[in-house]
Amino acid sequence: MKKLSGAQIIIESLIAEGADVIFGYPGGAILPTYDALLDSKLRHVLVRHEQGATHMAEGYARVSGRPGVVMVTSGPGATNAVTGIADAFMDSTPLIVISGQVGTQLIGNDAFQEADIVGITRPCTKHNYLVKNVADLARTIKEAFYIAGSGRPGPVVVDVPKDVQQAVHPFSYPERVELRGYKPTIRGNPRQIERAVDAIEKSERPLFYVGGGVQWSGAAPELTRLVRGLGIPITETLMGLGSFPASDPLCLGMLGMHGSYGTNTAVCNTDCLIAVGARFDDRVTGRIADFAPKAETIIHLDIDPSSIAKNVRVDIPIVGDIKAVLQDMLEVVQARESIGQRRAAWSEWHQQILAWKREKPLYQNGNHRERDAVSPMHVIEEMHTLTKGDCIIATDVGQHQMWIAQLFPFERPRSLLTSGGLGTMGYGLPAGIGAKFAAPDRKVLVVSGDGSIQMNIQELGTAVQYNVDIKVIILNNYYLGMVRQWQEKFYAERYSYSAMSVPNFVKLADAYGARGFRIEKSKELAGTLKEAFATPGPVLIDIVIPKEEAVMPMMPPGGAMSEMLFA
Amino acid sequence: MPSHTISVLVENEFGVLARVAGLFSSRGFNIESLTVNEDPIDGTVSRIVIVSSGDDQVLEQINKQLNKLVTVIKVTDFQGVETVDRELMLVKIAVEDRTRSELDAIVKTFRAHVVDIGPRAQTVEVTGDSAKLRAFIALVRPLGIKEIVRTGKIAMARTVQPEVANQRSLRESA
Repeated sequence: MKKLSGAQIIIESLIAEGADVIFGYPGGAILPTYDALLDSKLRHVLVRHEQGATHMAEGYARVSGRPGVVMVTSGPGATNAVTGIADAFMDSTPLIVISGQVGTQLIGNDAFQEADIVGITRPCTKHNYLVKNVADLARTIKEAFYIAGSGRPGPVVVDVPKDVQQAVHPFSYPERVELRGYKPTIRGNPRQIERAVDAIEKSERPLFYVGGGVQWSGAAPELTRLVRGLGIPITETLMGLGSFPASDPLCLGMLGMHGSYGTNTAVCNTDCLIAVGARFDDRVTGRIADFAPKAETIIHLDIDPSSIAKNVRVDIPIVGDIKAVLQDMLEVVQARESIGQRRAAWSEWHQQILAWKREKPLYQNGNHRERDAVSPMHVIEEMHTLTKGDCIIATDVGQHQMWIAQLFPFERPRSLLTSGGLGTMGYGLPAGIGAKFAAPDRKVLVVSGDGSIQMNIQELGTAVQYNVDIKVIILNNYYLGMVRQWQEKFYAERYSYSAMSVPNFVKLADAYGARGFRIEKSKELAGTLKEAFATPGPVLIDIVIPKEEAVMPMMPPGGAMSEMLFA
Repeated sequence: MPSHTISVLVENEFGVLARVAGLFSSRGFNIESLTVNEDPIDGTVSRIVIVSSGDDQVLEQINKQLNKLVTVIKVTDFQGVETVDRELMLVKIAVEDRTRSELDAIVKTFRAHVVDIGPRAQTVEVTGDSAKLRAFIALVRPLGIKEIVRTGKIAMARTVQPEVANQRSLRESA
């Protein structure tokens, strides 16, 4: 058996797992592995800040379905990665984070660039490791990939002391993983699936409510067949957008805090809620006591047993991989002719929801093209026209994120990259860069705000260095827009530190070696956006929008879905 | 809120207690008592016995969250199960000539042992369930307690479970 250094073992193990690109930043404690990396066929993307590396890996993972790989040094390198790791944990994103650590003899001595990253990331990783012996290294990386990518995916940190990277050991990559404490359930209980179909068949006003689990499981085709086959309307969480084609009339779009009136009213009136790979987050449910008050039955499909009955009572829990469970459910439904007779009743219910949607549609200002100032809705329309809807959109966090979620019709899964659970400003630009590495042939747009973009603007340097073809749209209102909106509505218009000066984004892009555009009037929008989209390489587009534009409707914080504000 | 005893079989490796304890603190679960021991027969595993309190929903979440930890092999929740449970306590009690015989009687009745004797104090070892230990403390308090050390609870399901209608069976999950 050939003998390799720990550093070489890391590289060979990553290759054995099918990794093709690493997002990282070198430093003292990880230098042995960087040295080995130079001789390998792995691509490496040098980021400007380790947080950027983690979000790039997240974008890569969300688009490809495979774990994203991050490599950082000890101490500040690792702690800079923590926000991205926590983000990946909240949004069930598989990451492998290899961090250098000070030598084993120095651990615990407050050595230079030492941080207890295993301790720091324990509550925000699916699992983590400190590898103290080179003999354990290959097995640990094998386990890390298995844990990150299976079950409910999540980030795994592998912390490797410098001397372990330098130690030499015979290398053979293990073929199997043996973890007696970790065995995710794949197949759902057939009895529960039967019960769920019984309950659906009996219901008068059933509603699908689907989340990010559908996309991670690759279950969008099964979901689409089941929903269309039954003719039951469907609403998606922020992380679930794209699981079902938005152009299908059964698709009601996003529910929750910024869900439309029709969609949230459907949730308030359903008698059978079928939750699929969603976790009843507070931004979805609002005041939990008043969530789905008429639901006699709540069915919950999820791979993570701890997500079930955590926030709401669940009548029919089904633990399993969404794809496998939906396949089994499809079989049960197809074998049952009686269920076809329910279509008429369900169609009536669907029509009722569509009537609610017409009653109070999202953003009735259809005349925005005639106004001088650019409206965000107009920007989204033009984005859709120019891309024909076929693009990946990475967003940051705030008003622009909610406008995209409300208005951009996602037809395919893995098309919206956004920080849902943690709500991390600064996610969008690096996530978009990572997405482009996973899908070089797809158009990648980043939609950001003037606040968010400044959180990780330095990654523009990365985009330029690797000539990443992404178009970054900044909806610029010279405010932290969502903060301003809350201050306007809930803090008596007292705008406490939400106004922000911004750089000249065109000059900034130029300084980085990218192209910049600025749009101030609605009549410039279509033409300039077209030119910007046609410009190769990284492009920044600064679009000035009025600060008064608000994300509507909204559930007041702590309020219920039935208490939505419309102005 | 009712107390529950949960026995957690874990991989015997570094950091595993921090994972379990960290889960309780980060999710706001309560730990009333905790014991940890390497399994005397299988050295690759350790057993953590935790007494926690909460309603059924909290208990269910504790079980599920513990099971989610990669290093947790098995969680046994003793709710609704007849168990043998024990705690060990060392109590240093002040003694004078006039109280010595009273203490002797209490020690005898509780089947406790005197394990250390000094001119003004005796240290007594008591084992038993929580109620017995509480009773012992109440009886020796008037004599003057100088120091108490007490372990957490360890528990084991009884081999023969009484037949009770609707009794919840021993809930085990891997």
